[in-house]
Amino acid sequence: MPEEIIHIKAPMDEKTVLGLRAGQKVLFDGVFYTARDSSHKRLVELIEQGKPLPIDLQGQVIYYVGPTPARPGQVIGSAGPTTSSRMDPYMEPLYKKGLKGTVGKGERSQEVIDLMKRYKAVHFSNIGGAAALIAKSIRKCDMIAFEDLGTEAIHRLEVEDFFAIVAYDTLGNDMYKEAIKIYSRQ
Amino acid sequence: MRQIEARHITEAVERLCVEANYVLGDDLVEALKGALEREESPSGRDVLSQLIDNARVSGEGQYPACQDTGFTIVFLEMGQGVQVIGGDLYQAINSGVARGYKKGYLRASIVKDPLKRVNTGDNTPAVIHTELRTGDRLKITVMAKGGGCENMSRSAMLTPAMGKQGVVNFVVDTVRRGAVNACPPVIVGVGVGGTFDECALISKKALLRPIGSPHHDPATAGLEKELLEEINNLGIGPQGLGGRITALTVHVEKYPCHIASLPVAVNMECHSHRVKTATL
Ligand code: SF4
Repeated sequence: MPEEIIHIKAPMDEKTVLGLRAGQKVLFDGVFYTARDSSHKRLVELIEQGKPLPIDLQGQVIYYVGPTPARPGQVIGSAGPTTSSRMDPYMEPLYKKGLKGTVGKGERSQEVIDLMKRYKAVHFSNIGGAAALIAKSIRKCDMIAFEDLGTEAIHRLEVEDFFAIVAYDTLGNDMYKEAIKIYSRQ
Repeated sequence: MRQIEARHITEAVERLCVEANYVLGDDLVEALKGALEREESPSGRDVLSQLIDNARVSGEGQYPACQDTGFTIVFLEMGQGVQVIGGDLYQAINSGVARGYKKGYLRASIVKDPLKRVNTGDNTPAVIHTELRTGDRLKITVMAKGGGCENMSRSAMLTPAMGKQGVVNFVVDTVRRGAVNACPPVIVGVGVGGTFDECALISKKALLRPIGSPHHDPATAGLEKELLEEINNLGIGPQGLGGRITALTVHVEKYPCHIASLPVAVNMECHSHRVKTATL
């Protein structure tokens, strides 16, 4: 696993996406959009109905997060990742719209790993439960769509030095499988 | 009868909800530090130090330890000599949850109807488990239980012939399948025996013991040790990045069961283990 951490920008260009390998640690600068269960459902419904989306997904990175409410003076509350695999059923239409990256915790289905190969996208993991620390790498947070969904609404985040690890790359490599194999005694 | 006013119960629950979500227990932080000493994987060590750091930051009271501030589970141990006055006990608890989650800037994570899925807005209702005891005190334990780890929990009705090995296999398999999504290093609560429902409940109660405190029954403590070793041989490690420490501890609770049954339940708990207790 490459130990050196690299800086990358979000949204991501094709060269960046294709160059990332599972296990690579990165620090993101740029823009993420937040979405989780209910907002994914709505995005996909809009796509199915042929309606415009509230965000242009081309090259974008979606962060699976439902933050705690911000206190007065805070940009955002605690903001760690939620379980990625719950979004598995919604992925293909989003990749078709140009989505290039997702950030969340845990594993993804083989189906989504295959979709990432096909649509040239990657998935990142960050540290589940390190939510107070993660909040400090978020510099700005604006409501974009589906405000009625509360914590599940789509927000635009500006991030700086946001830590993540490439979990699955465009070649179908699986960081979890490789990493766990090294330490398994079974 | 000793009288306890409902509003005092509300106040206590409010305070416990906030404290649980900001101030992680010393037992947990010690367990994380111990794990950091034993972990061999560099990525795993990285994660553990970030978690220790995260606990310090959340303890300052500005950011909850995790953004999933959980389903509020309230365990009551109520002395038979206690009389609650000035209101309904369960209403008093739910008011405390609503107030704590609002004042503490905690996330509302409960939907009213599991299929319609509209948020109740204040994290109520709590799940409340009540046990009667002798005496005239009321012990209130609040647990903020994350959804991600709860989702990785499982139970099964084994057959008596499957015995201890059947239990071990089921527990280890549950962790193998679910730990990566449950924010490891995990804490594993195991229930063995009882009925379908009781087994699940004791697996959750097992999580309430201080982390790493072995069961008072030596045979059960032995089973805990064996399970922990097998789980940590899986190699999943902190956050699933590979490593020695997949679980911080395994706690087993048993209950007598039917001659035909061997129920087993695994309640998965993440490293963001948030439990606080008060006695009125
Ligand atoms: S499993 Fe626990 S640590 Fe992970 S996101 Fe959920 S509550 Fe937080």
